[in-house]
Amino acid sequence: MTEKVILAGFGGQGMMLLGRLLAQAAMANSLYVTYFPSYGTEVRGGTAVYHLVISSEEIFSPLIEEADTLIVMNQPSYQKYKEMIKPDGLMLLNSSMVKCDLFPDVKIYKIPATEIASKLGNVLVSNIVMLGAYLTIKKLFTAENILDQLSISLSGRKKDLLAINKQALEKGMQAIHSFTA
Amino acid sequence: MQAICEKPESFIDTPTHFCPGCGHGIVLRLIAEIIDAWGIRDKTIGLAPVGCSVLAYNYLDIDMCEAAHGRPPAVATGIKRVHPDHFVFAYQGDGDLAAIGMAEIIHAANRGEHITFIFVNNAIYGMTNGQMAPTTLVGQKSATTLSGRNPSNDGYPIRVCELLSVLEGSSYIERVSISSPENIRKTKKAIEKGFKTQKEKRGFSLIEILSPCPIYWRMDAIESMKYIDEKMTRTFPLGIIKDWE
Amino acid sequence: MKQLLTGNEAAAEAAIYAGCRYYYGYPITPQNELINYMSVRMPQVKGTFIQAESEIAAINMVYGSAAAGGRTMTSSSSPGISLKQEGISYLAGSELPCVIVNIQRGGPGLGDISASQADYFQSVKGGGHGDYRVIVLAPSSVQEMADLVYDAFDLADKYRNPVLILGDAQIGQLMEPVEFKKEFRENLPQKEWALTGAKNRNRKIIKSFYPVKGELEVFNAKLQNKYKEIEKNEVRYEAVNIHKADVILVAYGTSARICKEVVRKSHQFKFRIGLIRPISLWPFPSEFIREMSERARCMLTVEMSAGQMLEDVRLAVEGRCPVHFYGRTGGGVPTSLEIIKKIVEIMPKNRAAKTLLQFAEVK
Repeated sequence: MTEKVILAGFGGQGMMLLGRLLAQAAMANSLYVTYFPSYGTEVRGGTAVYHLVISSEEIFSPLIEEADTLIVMNQPSYQKYKEMIKPDGLMLLNSSMVKCDLFPDVKIYKIPATEIASKLGNVLVSNIVMLGAYLTIKKLFTAENILDQLSISLSGRKKDLLAINKQALEKGMQAIHSFTA
Repeated sequence: MQAICEKPESFIDTPTHFCPGCGHGIVLRLIAEIIDAWGIRDKTIGLAPVGCSVLAYNYLDIDMCEAAHGRPPAVATGIKRVHPDHFVFAYQGDGDLAAIGMAEIIHAANRGEHITFIFVNNAIYGMTNGQMAPTTLVGQKSATTLSGRNPSNDGYPIRVCELLSVLEGSSYIERVSISSPENIRKTKKAIEKGFKTQKEKRGFSLIEILSPCPIYWRMDAIESMKYIDEKMTRTFPLGIIKDWE
Repeated sequence: MKQLLTGNEAAAEAAIYAGCRYYYGYPITPQNELINYMSVRMPQVKGTFIQAESEIAAINMVYGSAAAGGRTMTSSSSPGISLKQEGISYLAGSELPCVIVNIQRGGPGLGDISASQADYFQSVKGGGHGDYRVIVLAPSSVQEMADLVYDAFDLADKYRNPVLILGDAQIGQLMEPVEFKKEFRENLPQKEWALTGAKNRNRKIIKSFYPVKGELEVFNAKLQNKYKEIEKNEVRYEAVNIHKADVILVAYGTSARICKEVVRKSHQFKFRIGLIRPISLWPFPSEFIREMSERARCMLTVEMSAGQMLEDVRLAVEGRCPVHFYGRTGGGVPTSLEIIKKIVEIMPKNRAAKTLLQFAEVK
């Protein structure tokens, strides 16, 4: 098993954390994992893109030439990285911010992550909504795996944020169930 | 027969490499006298710069370290952090401290490093044959200012003490000279105060010493002492510029 | 326990494990995670962290702490390492141990902040002025970064010589699971040559200045003998799929990882591709490369530069087999496909190569 995921969005949309949670869950499950950020000179705004490779065998190059999955949070990232998806790959789009073209071979899921997160009361958890959706489709890890990692990331002062992140994860999962239902 | 003046124990008995009339020997001897009087030979580490006093370690019988040109404040910082209870001093000339090493001395002062800087200002690059120093006086002739330092091209002499005194990290700054026995005694007192400053962990101390270079000032030893008193001190007034006491 | 860390963070933590308690740095992308990590971690272990006023000051603080007997480190990226070269020459000339981490970025000049291997010459041929060498170790994974940084401190002390860790933006910022398995060192024994104050002993001088005619030549001979000893004892490399290989790739660090991908893909064909991955770039594994060049049909050096290690490979091979080159510059990272195409290009008459080409074209 090898899963190559490209995550992209505005700096500040939480792509870093999304990928990190998956990477840590992979590590906790004794899988090989590489997680590589590639950013421009902008500290805020700009496009942040992360290459995440999870595999049952040793990973050589951490740079993804063709992605199995593309998780995209905004339009500029979509324009920039859409061609990196492999035929019959998976695209998860934050439809609150991304308008997409037709990709005949690609499975596309549109999740209004920004709206869902805003309704929960914190737009910053849109990344976790996407994570919930991704988990439901690919089933690499259980929600518990991710919640374990979240509680490690959100210890101390950020502990209060755990509840809303958990809700965001569930909303993301439900969003996919409503597609399939 | 009774000896009334002896070589300090920490001062090495060796032929000097300094030119006749040079002030470095006087300053190095003062340091040796203080190390003896304080009994701190075994807990003192000195820094030798690049310039005329590059061989300072040939004269002081203590642990010493060389530093690249201008870098003694950084190297001394690295040493002091390993041995915070030792006395660490850096011996620097005007080119070393105020030209190539200006960034390092400003930041060592700004961090309030518990280090004593002995800054020998003779307003010339001696070792490289008498070029203009950052402290060369306006109008003073040198190998690179043949008709005298001209501010419109060469800028002005830098007053290091005044410059460093505005930094919050500096604690004790004094300008002295070695132009007379009385001034030499004052210089010794100033260096001792510098050592006291670091002993009590009161921060950065620097003693600027106006010192003669008869060879590249193109005058004899006595004239050069007069030159310090009459010319140099007009640009570089003597006195305590900053004190913690 | 495994932790998910960037290569930069792993380098910092490994240094702490190795007993490094004096770190001096200056911010520069892409090594910022290292200096940031040290600023938090050093106070926790009662060590010294100073954000210096410049890379020049940082390397000279390292010089001071090394002279005083401490385990000390600095880190930077290419333009900053250029600034440190004066200090590195003095460290080598004064025989002071320290560890320097270079997380390379593209050059020349300000270049860019993406991964590059264009500082090879600067690293292995001296870098600053004078006849000297630094030991250069090149990790290709985060775990190896941790392991090599730890070893670097021992090597530096063993030979009283600076050790350079040559990474790049990718290794520095890549996150991988890493484990610190070696002993956590504290209170290391005092070094007999270090400046500690002349208590009950003769005074010591740390210097690189030998003005008396003839002395410097004697000192240089001593250095050269030391370097010969290092060349004899400290060569490190990894060989993959090397025996009966048609083509042997030679690559280090990030490029070597991509070459491993090529080796893996080649298993699908009747075409044998091997890889020699130098881990110590100086001392360079010349002898092993020479030995292998007698058996291989050709070698292909792959670098993120215009061809620097290539020269050392050719010097090792001495014409025993052709040595080809594939490189990307200016922040470009080669893909496995590009390397396969290059292999096909240099072996055009080989049938197996044609199958490989078909594979490459299908992709």
